Amino acid sequence: MQRRLFMSVAAVAVATGTIGMSQANAKDIVIGAVAPKTGPLAAGAAITHWPNIKLWVETVNARGGLKLKSGMAKIKLIEYDDRTNPGETIKAVQRLATQDKANFVLAPYSTGLNLAAAPIFARYGYPQITSTSITDKVGPLTKRYSGIFFTLGTTTGFAGAVADILKKLRDDGKIGKRIAMVNVADAFGIELANAARPIFKKAGFEIVYDKSYPLGTQDLSPVIKGAKAANPDAFVAWSYPPDTFGLTAQAKIQGLNVKAFYTAVATAFPVFGAKFGKAAEGILGAGGINPDTPEMKAYIAAHKKVTGKAPDYWASAVMYASLQVLEQAIEAVGSTDRKAVTDYIKNNTFDTVIGKMDLRTQNNDKFWTVGQWQNGVFYGVASTGRDGAKPIQLKPDW
Amino acid sequence: MDLIIVGLLLGGTYALMALGLQLQYGVARIMNLANGEVLVAGAFGAFWFYTGAKLSPFVTVLVVAPAAFVVNWAIYRYLLQPLVRRAKSRGHLEVDSILATFGLAFVFVGIMLAVFGGEYFSYSYLETAFVLLGERYALNRIAAFAASILLCGALAFWLNSTRAGLTLRAVAVNPASAGLVGINVPRVSAQAFAIGGAVTAAGGAMLSMFLTFDASIGVIFTLKALIIVILGGVGDIRGTIVAAFILGLAETAVATLLDPGLTLAAAYLLFIAILLFRPQGLFGRRPS
Repeated sequence: MQRRLFMSVAAVAVATGTIGMSQANAKDIVIGAVAPKTGPLAAGAAITHWPNIKLWVETVNARGGLKLKSGMAKIKLIEYDDRTNPGETIKAVQRLATQDKANFVLAPYSTGLNLAAAPIFARYGYPQITSTSITDKVGPLTKRYSGIFFTLGTTTGFAGAVADILKKLRDDGKIGKRIAMVNVADAFGIELANAARPIFKKAGFEIVYDKSYPLGTQDLSPVIKGAKAANPDAFVAWSYPPDTFGLTAQAKIQGLNVKAFYTAVATAFPVFGAKFGKAAEGILGAGGINPDTPEMKAYIAAHKKVTGKAPDYWASAVMYASLQVLEQAIEAVGSTDRKAVTDYIKNNTFDTVIGKMDLRTQNNDKFWTVGQWQNGVFYGVASTGRDGAKPIQLKPDW
Repeated sequence: MDLIIVGLLLGGTYALMALGLQLQYGVARIMNLANGEVLVAGAFGAFWFYTGAKLSPFVTVLVVAPAAFVVNWAIYRYLLQPLVRRAKSRGHLEVDSILATFGLAFVFVGIMLAVFGGEYFSYSYLETAFVLLGERYALNRIAAFAASILLCGALAFWLNSTRAGLTLRAVAVNPASAGLVGINVPRVSAQAFAIGGAVTAAGGAMLSMFLTFDASIGVIFTLKALIIVILGGVGDIRGTIVAAFILGLAETAVATLLDPGLTLAAAYLLFIAILLFRPQGLFGRRPS
């Protein structure tokens, strides 16, 4: 690194003919990244988080780096594994700030790790543009931390969207009013189930089966058997990746035939479509994208080219969009002044792969909420203001 | 009836997780915390062969198990035997082996991350319904159950009715006396450790048919295996098998009759009860 630094300084010096002068203006911009590479959330981060950082850094550096007032600055990326441990996340941010002298630190992965790291980001004045956090506490959090931004959506937004879809199907006479709802007994699942319960009831649904199961349950057949015995019209699972697969496989085996089948996180992962193939058809899940815009098409192609695999159909694009916001803000300010960059994000809108992103309230309120596997692609079917939603299809029997 | 079948199927799954650790801990006296990683490695092997060459996990086992045998033998020979030699007591060896294999677990995770990447892995094999007494069960779970019964049976027969098996049990009961009657204890221990690794990897290949896994998930399997081995009693393979089935039945009964949210609580309650009232485990002997 030292050598590259020297080389680039030398190159600029030669170009401008000011060898040895004090203005060593072409300098790397140091950006830190902290997220799980091991531990329970490592697999999710390996799909959604790390590949986008790689893609972004390569894309920016390929065009010469970030355009600052002092000249083009290549990104020097420093990565740390937090082992899915909030204490490690905080320590790594601290290290990046004090030892590595990082100009910026990218927001960590997942709701929990982002919330844990919020105070330390605030202390060093780093803007924290989260892309994998879902919470209903956006208001209080943004009030407390002036540099935190939320882009993925809110708990109520996700639960409400599912209720809206089911309500529409019911009002159209396509399904009845019996819902079987299960959730993983983890912060995410509990929060969503708690948010969904009153929303479903208010929408006139009857929750005929409402159970939770521990994270890492190895046999979910009792859960699906229980749900099936309740004879539901719709099945909703606020689930995490391993159980999203487990529940879907068991539902297929048990022949739990409902017209609306929803599983939350990981339904949007390409591996879900690859594993279930035709059986995935019609399954609803959290997230979704509009893969048909030119920006998304280019993004998907670039992601495949650089990382060797397709992005997921939900948070991947949001993650990349959050990096684009940072990139555009840094270039607009033209320096590594963190305060100025944060203020710029708060006062402007950005063109990203998922469309216009408006973070003036420190919160992106236009996000995809529900997607559905249709012809091998997980299309967005509901959003809070994004264009291109596909009409919802009824799920065929397994 | 349905409950019992589901419970037995889950018990079979648990037996696959725990048998290998029992051999390693009971005979070779190595509390192998990298056991779960070996299982995940077996799962990766099955995944790789299935997605790459459409090979059934039942065929893959024939490759995965011998490979795991060799690797585990080498680990024992070059990494753990020095610890065994210098250990002054069983307690001393336990502490050393826990520390060594704890580190080893990270090495395994790192290797698997580097080779396969950190994502979730899952594939569909025999993922269809099998109707038994009017109820539907996953065919891959039935197949894994059959494999686990076969494995338990083979191990039980081998341990009880062959000379090699008897030697192994002699070492399990008392390594010092086994040495006195002319048994090559270091060699038998290495064998037991290697066989344990092979059994674990084979179990991983079976489990990969219906469990979603990733490079860092091994610790979950290690913990489960540890509970089952302690429940059943260290040093007796029958105990492990019985404990696996008791745990499977208990968890299924709680999930079906009470609440799926209480399965973990039920498992640990059982664990605490055994520790309180029968600390040597179901089939274990009191230390004399």
